[in-house]
Formats: sequence, structure tokens, C-alpha cells
Amino acid sequence: MSPSNRTGLLRSELRTLFRRLRTLMMLAVLAGVPILLAWAVKAFSGPSGPGEGPPFLYQVSSNGLFVALTALIVTLPLFLPLAVGVVAGDSVSGEANQGTLRYLLVVPTGRGRLLAVKLASVIVFGAVAAFTVALVGMAIGALLFPLGPVTLLSGDTIGSGAAFGRALLVAGYVGVSMAGLGALGVFVSTITDVPIAAMATTVTLAIASQIVDAIPQLHALHPWLFSHYWLAFGDLLRQPMYTADVNRGLLMQAGYVVVFGALAWARFTSRDILS
Amino acid sequence: MTDAVVTRGLTKRFRGGQVAVADLDLDVPQGSVFGFLGPNGSGKTTTIRMLVGLAAPTSGTVQLLGEAMPRGSAAALPRVGALIEGPACYPFLSGEANLIRLDMADRTADPRTRTARVDTALQRVGLLAARRKRYKAYSLGMRQRLGLASALLRQRDLLVLDEPTNGLDPQGTREIRALIRSVAEEGATVFLSSHLLAEVEQVCTHAAVLSHGRLVANGTVDSLRTAAAGHLVVSTQDAGVAVGTLRRLGVKEVTCEGGQVSGLADSVPPEVACAALVADGVRVQSLGVQRPSLEEAFVALTGEGFDVAE
Repeated sequence: MSPSNRTGLLRSELRTLFRRLRTLMMLAVLAGVPILLAWAVKAFSGPSGPGEGPPFLYQVSSNGLFVALTALIVTLPLFLPLAVGVVAGDSVSGEANQGTLRYLLVVPTGRGRLLAVKLASVIVFGAVAAFTVALVGMAIGALLFPLGPVTLLSGDTIGSGAAFGRALLVAGYVGVSMAGLGALGVFVSTITDVPIAAMATTVTLAIASQIVDAIPQLHALHPWLFSHYWLAFGDLLRQPMYTADVNRGLLMQAGYVVVFGALAWARFTSRDILS
Repeated sequence: MTDAVVTRGLTKRFRGGQVAVADLDLDVPQGSVFGFLGPNGSGKTTTIRMLVGLAAPTSGTVQLLGEAMPRGSAAALPRVGALIEGPACYPFLSGEANLIRLDMADRTADPRTRTARVDTALQRVGLLAARRKRYKAYSLGMRQRLGLASALLRQRDLLVLDEPTNGLDPQGTREIRALIRSVAEEGATVFLSSHLLAEVEQVCTHAAVLSHGRLVANGTVDSLRTAAAGHLVVSTQDAGVAVGTLRRLGVKEVTCEGGQVSGLADSVPPEVACAALVADGVRVQSLGVQRPSLEEAFVALTGEGFDVAE
């Protein structure tokens, strides 16, 4: 076995994913959000005060870095989960529906290995999606607005270099926050051979999780919802960083990946491939 | 030398209780071109799915190139090229990119020879000119060829081909037949599932016939053809006398149609029948034994009906 081909399946999977027009369109839509946001503030620079529009919006005109943060907040409830839901839901059922699953398996790829690669590429896609929003936001923000020291939520001020680092950290956290949903989607994808059903189910679960999270009477369920700590990234914008909720969020994502990864494995390695 | 494919008591019962394959004992000799025949719905594809480990048997065992399946998949499958229930590729990728994707997925394939192997496979199926075209723009015949190319990406010991000439024009069918012969000459075993009897008759050395999930015949193509009874056919003006003579000799199922008298040829050698007819004064114009074609043998085994097997 030549060591250079160990990662062949993963490389081929990522190449296939990011060469697909649908993937590029979804990333383009995500990139359009910070562009729309920055353009709207620039073109109609009526003063918007604190509390008007999404958080941080009023700070955009004074510091371009806030375009990235505002865009992440705006895309977090629907656009990011939608994109991840499409890729995760399609991951196995799409191959089954297309018939390519049987050819990949007789190569042979090994079912566990194929599933691990699918899960990994979904997680990579979630991170790429979050960084697309953040980096395009930073770029357009730097282009249209001044950059400078940033006043954090705790009232402290940090230099623009450090602020840039914080924004990347936030994007990374948001990216990792999509991993649990991705694992859930891959599991759903192993149950059906109809990709559209798996995608719709995954996106529905993402929205349902946020609805349950918004009902105070159901607070007993909240710590178990994969979306519960999504907005904890605000804690990374304090000095010193408050990491308790962020750590819980990371642990939650890891838990979802392990549990639903295992369920997907149990399902996928035992079923007949009749598509 | 072990057989390339061995199954014992192979059975697949689906969840609804429907039995797709029942108690199948197959032996595919190494180096043979093995025709796997059966009407639509007789369980051919289900059998193939079990052979390559896509579906688990309800009971029974499969040995593929000496490896117990599905446990031995990792050892056996790299040596197997397969075309199962038609080709399937990524529509948004070119033919060449589709082959590269499959080859990258193969941990045992050498990446350094990848380009050369992809080129050779495309060339063998006559797709070199369309290599950069997207799969969704391919015609059915081109898709079938690309599926075959993926089966030929590496040197294989066994090719499992499920209806490989489906959708091909007559030239394409001839090319595929030539391709199967050349692969077999290189020493590979070919397991060819088909309902096209002419195809099987022309390229196969061995054949098995499946009907309603059960094996109804199994052996060399010649033995299958001769297993179905031949007919002794006599052309003569003296048909009435000839019928009497043949019946007296013990020929069964003697019938007379115009100037042709025929009966089952198994009990009486043609030279004996001829001498007796001439002795009785029958003016014999011609006398011969007609062997049935594989098609007639096939229909005799699986029934005449046009309906899909349940």
C-alpha cells in the first residue's frame, strides 16, 4: 500500500464536493450576506442606534470588522444550517440515489471508511461556510469602512490585529458549531435513499432545535439542543474571554458527532445496498 | 486451482418474505466466461449484489476469489471489476474525472500509474475522445462504456458484468464482445449476467440458468444445448409409411407435418433409423438430427411466458 493514497478518498470527496455547482452556489449566497449588509449600511448610512437591527450593526460604519460578526449572526439561524443540511443530507443518500454508492463500495472503500470520510467532509464544509461569511465580511468591511481598535463587550479596547484574531476565532467556533448538525444529517442520510427527504429533515431539525430553545418552559431540554450554545461566541469578544459556555458548546458538538456518527455507522454497515 | 466464484446454499429472502434467490450452488471455474442467464426478475442482480458484498445473504455462503464474503471484501474486491445494474456516475463530472474519483477511492491503487491506467481504460472502451465531456451529456451507450472502463481500471482477476451490452448499438455490442474475449484471453474470469442468449452463446464457455431464484441448469454451454433433446427430422413423400417405421423402432413423439416427419432423437441413432426407413421403401429426401439453439433450451427451462417472474 503506497502511503500517498491513504488520504485519496478524502481528497477525492472534498474535490467532488467543492467542484459541484450547487456547493459553490451555496457559498456564493453565504458570501452575498456580508456584501449586502455592508452595502446597505454604506449606501443608506442613516444612523442606526444600538438595539436597532441585528447586534453589532450600529458599529459597522465605525469599524469594518463588525461586518463579519454581524453577517455570522444573521446567517446562523437559517443560512448556515441550510447549507450544512443540504450537504449532510445528500452525503450518503445522494450517492445511493445516483447509484454511485454501489460502485464506491465495490472499489472497495469499506463502509466505515466511506462514512468517516463523508462525516469529515461535512464538518469541513461547515467550517468553510463559516469562514466564507467571516472572510468576505472582513474584506468588504475593510474596503468600505475604517479599521481600528475595537471596543469589546466587556468595555476593553484591543488593537485591530488582535480584533482580527478574535473574529477568526469566532468564525472557527461557528464552523465547529455546525458539526453536530452535520453528524445528525449524515445519520438521516443513511436511513433513506431519497436525498431531498434527508436534506429537508436535517434543516427541519435545525429549526426545531432553535424553536425549542426559544421556549422558556422547555428549559430542561435546552442543554441538550445542538443549537443551544451557537450564540455563545459573543463570550469570545470579552476581555478576558469567558469560555465556560464556549467549552460546553464544543463538548456538545463533539458529543453529537460521536453519538450520531455511531448511529450512522450501525445503520450503514448493516444494511443492504439495493440502490 | 480454486474456482473464482463458489456459492453454497445461497439464499436471499427480503423483508416482505419474498424469496429472491433460493439455495443457489454456483461454481464458476477460473478462466471461464460464465454466462448467468435468467428472465427479468429471476434474481440475477440480487445474486450479484451478494457476490460483491453489497447485500448480505439470508443464509448460505459466498467465496469470491477464495475469500469468504463479505468479510474478505478488502482482499477480494480490488481484484474484481464490476458493472452492476447499469452504470452510475457523477453527472457533473467528466468521464475522466469520474474514473479518477473511483481510483482515488481505491486504497490499493498506485497513484503514480493512475493517469496511464485511466487513459488505457478509456481507450479500451473507445471513449478517449469524450473523456472531458460531462457524464450527463453522455448517451446511454457512452455511459455503459464508461461503466466498463471503471471495471477495467486495474488488472482484474474477475469481471462481474451485469447486462454489459444494454443500450449499445450493434457495433458497440460487437466491440464489447471482443473486449470480453480479450479480457478472458489475458486470463481473467468473466461472470456475464444477461438475458441475451445470442450474446452468451457467442462468448461464454459455461452457463447457469436461473428461474424464480432457483438454478435450473448449470454446465458448459455445449452440455446445456445438448441436454435439451434433439429431433430426428425426415423429409419424404412417403410420410405415412415413415411414421409407422419410426414408431416401430421406438421413436417417441412422432409427428407428421406435410412432408416432414419428426420425433425425439435420443433413443434411436439416425443411421439405424435411416436403414430401417429405406428397407421399408420410404423415399428419404433428407434425414438429420436438429439440435436446439440455446434460446430453445433456455425457453424450455424457464417457461415461455412473457410475464415478469414474481
